[in-house]
Amino acid sequence: MIRVPRSRPWALLSGLVCTSVLVSCGGGSGQPAAKPANTVIQNKGSDTMVNVAQVWAEEYRNIAPDVEVEVSGGGSGVGIAALLKGAVDIANASRDLKPSEAEQAAKNTGQQPKGFTVGFDALAVYVHKDNPLSEITLAELSELYAEGGKTTRWSELGVKIPGVADDTIVRVSRQSSSGTYEFFREHALGNKDFRLGSRDLNGSKEVVELVGSTLTAIGYSGMGYATGAVKMLKVAKAKGEPAVSPAVAAVHDKSYPLARSLHLYTLGEPQGAVRAYIDWILSDAGQKIVEDSGYVPVPPDQRPKP
Amino acid sequence: MSPDPPRDTARSTRPHRPRWAVVGERALEALIRLSGVSAILFVAAIFFFVLREAAPILVSDEFSLVQFLFSTEWYPTSASNVRYGTFALTVGTLSVTALAMLLAVPFGLGAAVYLSEFCAPRVRETLKVTIELLSAIPSVVWGFIGLTVMSRLIVTTTGAPVGVGVLNGGVILALMSVPVIVSIGEDALKAVPDSYREAGIALGATRWQLVYRVLLPAARNGLLAAVLLGVGRAVGETMAVLMATGHAVHIPASLLDSVRTLTANIAAELGEAPAGSDHYRVLFLTGTLLFLITFAVNLTADFVVRGIRRK
Repeated sequence: MIRVPRSRPWALLSGLVCTSVLVSCGGGSGQPAAKPANTVIQNKGSDTMVNVAQVWAEEYRNIAPDVEVEVSGGGSGVGIAALLKGAVDIANASRDLKPSEAEQAAKNTGQQPKGFTVGFDALAVYVHKDNPLSEITLAELSELYAEGGKTTRWSELGVKIPGVADDTIVRVSRQSSSGTYEFFREHALGNKDFRLGSRDLNGSKEVVELVGSTLTAIGYSGMGYATGAVKMLKVAKAKGEPAVSPAVAAVHDKSYPLARSLHLYTLGEPQGAVRAYIDWILSDAGQKIVEDSGYVPVPPDQRPKP
Repeated sequence: MSPDPPRDTARSTRPHRPRWAVVGERALEALIRLSGVSAILFVAAIFFFVLREAAPILVSDEFSLVQFLFSTEWYPTSASNVRYGTFALTVGTLSVTALAMLLAVPFGLGAAVYLSEFCAPRVRETLKVTIELLSAIPSVVWGFIGLTVMSRLIVTTTGAPVGVGVLNGGVILALMSVPVIVSIGEDALKAVPDSYREAGIALGATRWQLVYRVLLPAARNGLLAAVLLGVGRAVGETMAVLMATGHAVHIPASLLDSVRTLTANIAAELGEAPAGSDHYRVLFLTGTLLFLITFAVNLTADFVVRGIRRK
């Protein structure tokens, strides 16, 4: 009875200490940028690109301290939807803009969206590191993932997973707002729908994590998310054709079947701070970050001249 | 608004009250009445606005209500054949909620009985504070526990390939609804007049007989309300189930299967659906469905309570 009220001031005090520590930390890191009037660039979209976009935003503070870039994820669809409403300045998308979305933008804002290719990503097909499978064809992926597909067990792919009694394949997929989901549907499933019953996770990293902790799982995600617990499969366009592993050269010469471009979209021709930011992303410094984040930079001859 | 003078003089034995006091009292009365009515107003308004966003899809030619309610095919963004069937999602919500209640009701009511009848005052205070703390844990933290701790536990104990599913979501939801059931249930038991207890003891009843034969029947309504609030918490919970159930559109065949709930589906997809599109409207219709499910649960419970009262 008595002990409880006594403990309350302590709780209150520790709460206050926590808050004040947080406030002072936030103030401390915000100080250098807070001097001049800040320009804020809102940047939202692809979960695949959210990591690299964060690093861009942080590095860009050193270049232009008066510009603050606020980055959030949610999926390419979410970013584009926000751009069409005028809620963000730049949308990150790991898929191309759909014609219907361009129409919607023209209807809402009277402006055409403009896209910039800022890098490439190879969509890797991941399995657990102890899975003996090393390559897969697009047709096999479609049998596995698409509606009407028949493959449900690893034995049907001629694979014996060590130490597992039930070899039902655990299909790991993405939520439908994800650009990764749509890219995979278009390029691996030939635009057929996904078979229902896959685990639809809300992020690129979650897919790799679940595959890494599940012996019988298969999943797809950006190649920048690989960890030691998973293995990237080589992918062949068809049976008999060479299987290619996701690598920089294979992405550039388009021999890897599941490579895609990473885009930034703006409404109309970007101006001022947004323009400068995108130019910086396409410069050597920005492209170095793309490479460091595990993606493939745009070759210098393919970059737009500022 | 001024008081009626003849009636005032008729009750002349009463001391005369100043006019501001009368006006003030009337105003306060009106305010209280407004607060009472506002609850109905808000519920009606929320239902109206959710339904208004969903309404255009109901009259659209391509949309079939039967398919919406009873098809298991949920393909909102299909490139070739868009289908909106929520049956698997409804089953997902119901299965997770049912499991959660199966676990939470015995534990919750048991804890309520223990707190109100059996335990020492000091233990009670400690327990109550702890239980209140349990209900203060944010749902995203519960979801995180489900995704990491529970999931690993389920994989190692059952040998299931993936730990997220009905069992995980049900246990997490049970943990979230127990505090609600305990605090409301304990209040209901405390509200039973002490004269009932005294009468029972005077007749030579043991403590258990007292609880079973006297207190539980007397506090029935309150206990039912406690369970219902628990159900409401479980049906409406979003973030925790989104993380703990595996989010697969699938009618579960076992406790270890992954499912997707109505709430988690709305949370995951509403952000991407362009305002005014069919997908957006169907998601609002899903919200209406969810609203109707909770409404039906509450209404049934109300009838049950009335039935008990009549006896």
